[in-house]
Amino acid sequence: MNWLAWKMLTGDRTKYLGIVFGVAFGTLLIAQQSSIFVGLMRRTSSQIIDISSADIWVMDRKQRNIDEIRPMPDNRLYQVRGVAGVEWAVRLSKSLVRVRTIDRDSPELNARDGNFTQGILIGVDDASLAGAPLEMLRGNPLDLRRPDGIIIDEDGYKRLFPGQPIQLGKTLDMNDRRAVIVGTCKVTPPFQTFPVIYARYSQAIQFTPRERNSLSFVLAKAAPGQIHQELCQRIEKQTDLKAMTWDAFFWMNIGYFIENTGIPINFGITVTLGFVVGAAIAGQTFYLFTIENLKHWGTLKAMGVTNLRLIGMILFQAGVVGAMGYGIGLGFSALFFEMMERSGQPDLRGMWVPWQVASIAAGAVGLIIVVASLLSLRKVLVLEPAMVFK
Amino acid sequence: MRGIDVDIPYGQMTLLVGPSGCGKTTLISILAGLLDPTAGEVVLLGQNRQTLRGSRLVRFRAENIGFVFQQYNLIPALTAVENAAVPLIVRGVSRREAVERAHIMMKEVGLADRVKSFPSQLSGGQQQRVAIARALVNEPRLLVCDEPTAALDARSGRLIMDLIKRVTVRPDRAVIVVTHDNRVFDLGDRIVFMSDGLVESIQDGTTTARP
Repeated sequence: MNWLAWKMLTGDRTKYLGIVFGVAFGTLLIAQQSSIFVGLMRRTSSQIIDISSADIWVMDRKQRNIDEIRPMPDNRLYQVRGVAGVEWAVRLSKSLVRVRTIDRDSPELNARDGNFTQGILIGVDDASLAGAPLEMLRGNPLDLRRPDGIIIDEDGYKRLFPGQPIQLGKTLDMNDRRAVIVGTCKVTPPFQTFPVIYARYSQAIQFTPRERNSLSFVLAKAAPGQIHQELCQRIEKQTDLKAMTWDAFFWMNIGYFIENTGIPINFGITVTLGFVVGAAIAGQTFYLFTIENLKHWGTLKAMGVTNLRLIGMILFQAGVVGAMGYGIGLGFSALFFEMMERSGQPDLRGMWVPWQVASIAAGAVGLIIVVASLLSLRKVLVLEPAMVFK
Repeated sequence: MRGIDVDIPYGQMTLLVGPSGCGKTTLISILAGLLDPTAGEVVLLGQNRQTLRGSRLVRFRAENIGFVFQQYNLIPALTAVENAAVPLIVRGVSRREAVERAHIMMKEVGLADRVKSFPSQLSGGQQQRVAIARALVNEPRLLVCDEPTAALDARSGRLIMDLIKRVTVRPDRAVIVVTHDNRVFDLGDRIVFMSDGLVESIQDGTTTARP
């Protein structure tokens, strides 16, 4: 009977494609917009993602996210190191800095250049370089030890030097200080599209306007066998600072952006619209398709098809259009992100359709299909087979 | 309807005639097991209709009754032979076997050369032939035809009635045809005249009986 259901479904191509389009449209909007939302939220925590060598992030007790930083005195580092169960602890600074592309070695260029942008400056531990980029594209993290050495992410480099080939040794100006690009790296794209610049801690604090304190975070590694949560509690108790595990800090940061920005509402509206429009197109077309086929459903009933088999046929039809629409919609979403990735366009780089979003979209499509089927099923189930003679 | 007392014998083509609204459709709906009578007794192919309920009734219809409709009711997405195979598929026969058997019926109704045509590519008369093949493919013991000539011109209507008479009437099958086309009355073995919900008279061969 599924063969018959399939034939009936595909026999009316306009409606069949209309239903598939409705489901695909809904899936595309839900999956694509939700994925962008997830990607943006991930970007808010990009530095937390990239600095994964530490188990615990220690910061000011009132800190709510990774961007609003209240610097701490340097001696906080030693307090953390003094907590039992801490294997090692290092300094990390994070700040925004104005980066100018004035080339001190070629002053004649300055007149016509002088481009500038904001940059995210990460100051990593001088000795261990803990916190340095993990994925180098050119150069070596150890080159940070060279005088004025900085490592910059490649997208940031392209923003600073558009159209120019990547070349190590170029100089930048940060807070009237010379910085030399000694390497390029790949980073998780940040929420703001600023270049991400790595320097040694002692160097980084020279690049930023002077403040009394400059320590943004203490990164700590738990000794083997330590329960991270318990260690966080010990650090907080002993230092009166906030200590969070890597993933707790990641989620707190995302939670902050969800609660304090309009991003979720805006994306939520689009996703809801995708669901409603998809459901309306698919539901209405499927309903019309069923209504137009009532005569045939009635004929089948008269011939001896039970209601249960009719339910099976309609659910099969709904399942087919649902699966096809979902596949097409999800496929286009994935293709969109793949094309963005390959285009080298940094705005949507590093985004994809997470399996959780794909599952939610599947659930939404399932709901659309169930609603559409229920409306149609009602009509077919109450159909009197005797209507075939009318 | 009231006071209906009528037998539909095997091996004959019984015509059910009468003006619109006289109860013909209601009567064949009851005879075909599609409607429940509010009162009285119906014995359908030797079984008391009251004992046939729910899935038993549905199965009984699938196994014993064939239908020919005024508007053919062919599924547009299926070819002629696939349409003819539908009752077998409904009964659970494999598609391959159902189509093979449907081919035989298509030959029987003179459409062996149009088996792969879709309903939209066939004339009204040809579509009704496909509908007849569909009704017979299951070898039903009762064939119910509802105004099979109503949507056809006189010539095609006559041909269809001839066909029904020729290929459907068998000693083990009862055939009932609802019609108000008096040009084909001569083809009926038995004619039941209805009026205003009553059987007015029954013409059996040369004898006319009035209840």
